[in-house]
Amino acid sequence: MYTQALSTERPAPASAVEDPALLARFQARIDAEERIEPMDWMPKAYRQTLIRQISQHAHSEIIGMQPEGNWLTRAPSLKRKLQLLAKIQDEGGHGLYLYSAAETLGVSREELVGQLLSGKAKYSSIFNYPTLSWADIGAIGWLVDGAAIMNQIPLCRCSYGPYARAMILICKEESFHQRQGYEIMMTLAKGTPKQKAMAQDALNRWWWPSVMMFGPSDKDSVHSDQAMRWKIKRFTNDALRQKFVDATVPQAHYLGLTIPDPDLTYDEASKHWITGPIDWDEFWRVVKGEGPCNKQRLETRRKVHDDGAWVREAAEAFAAKRRKAKRAAAA
Amino acid sequence: MTDQNNKPESLWPLYEVFLRPRNGLSHKHVGSLHAADDEMALQNARDVYTRRGEAMSIWVVPSKAIIASAPDERDSLIEPSTEERKPYRHPTFYDIPDEVGHM
Ligand SMILES: [Fe+2]
Ligand SMILES: [Fe+2]
Repeated sequence: MYTQALSTERPAPASAVEDPALLARFQARIDAEERIEPMDWMPKAYRQTLIRQISQHAHSEIIGMQPEGNWLTRAPSLKRKLQLLAKIQDEGGHGLYLYSAAETLGVSREELVGQLLSGKAKYSSIFNYPTLSWADIGAIGWLVDGAAIMNQIPLCRCSYGPYARAMILICKEESFHQRQGYEIMMTLAKGTPKQKAMAQDALNRWWWPSVMMFGPSDKDSVHSDQAMRWKIKRFTNDALRQKFVDATVPQAHYLGLTIPDPDLTYDEASKHWITGPIDWDEFWRVVKGEGPCNKQRLETRRKVHDDGAWVREAAEAFAAKRRKAKRAAAA
Repeated sequence: MTDQNNKPESLWPLYEVFLRPRNGLSHKHVGSLHAADDEMALQNARDVYTRRGEAMSIWVVPSKAIIASAPDERDSLIEPSTEERKPYRHPTFYDIPDEVGHM
């Protein structure tokens, strides 16, 4: 998921001040499906695009722990609590895999984390929505992780080796996330009328933001073309969105829930579910910082970072102590 | 992030993490991490890279201890031993009659 915000910034032109011969050889390697590795020559714009995309992806994993963390202490059973805890730990792990991948491009961890904390960096706007009930945890696993999987599977074949390899690790873990979410929805949908209403309410609130996770429509997306040529991206935003809608609508029907889109129709000819118009004004409002939780997410992240300072300090003090003890033992 | 009392996290050395899976294959690179010292690197590797029993054994290696071939040496490094150059190093180079059976 998580890479939609990429499409909101204009990329540097690929050909700007690059040696045409090197550029041609680079493109030939990409076309031959070779992977580009950290020490290889690459155009500056390729490097910049990847640093931005991978770090936004990492930030999204880290911020994404917050909406779910909101229900950790109020999970309905110990079993659900353990499952949710495991999922949130995975998301933290995903953030770390991705920061490491970004660092191979010559940017420091400190710089990346700094960009997140200062508010300069973007992360997926889906995480600026609140989790109002337990059913939202089900909806997030099912829809948000479901959308993430659609987006991330093609990234396993991204032309940049370290990113592709991180995505393979991540995709292995995402399936559990989506299934635990859908199982929560199933339990609620088969429960009391009140529980089913909770599930429907969560679907009502998470459906459109999930559909928007794939980013602006192809006709409004500023630089899909270059990312496609470089095989950073394999499918357009609209193509991925369509895959997601086609996979998800029948899953909602199975639950006996209604997709909150009165215009949703099945097109027999193309075998696709066609959604009604998407409210892109809302999308841009949230991207630009006016979502319900933008401020809270960033404040929480900053506070957590500051509150964790003593842990980093203690780790260093302990490392120093251990070094000293080793030196003493060797002497 | 830097603050007065605390060195930035990225000044902690970088370690590469290798896991040996249960299936008897050798250690395989899975990613990297920062840690204040070797022992903590090992603990972090366990937490970050083995949440599902992926490893029977974990190696962490300071990234700066790895001696790597350079990408522009690739031609002299790999080219001499490719199948095109030395086909006779591969079993399919040799014609064995079908009557002999599987070999
Ligand atoms: Fe994730
Ligand atoms: Fe996930």
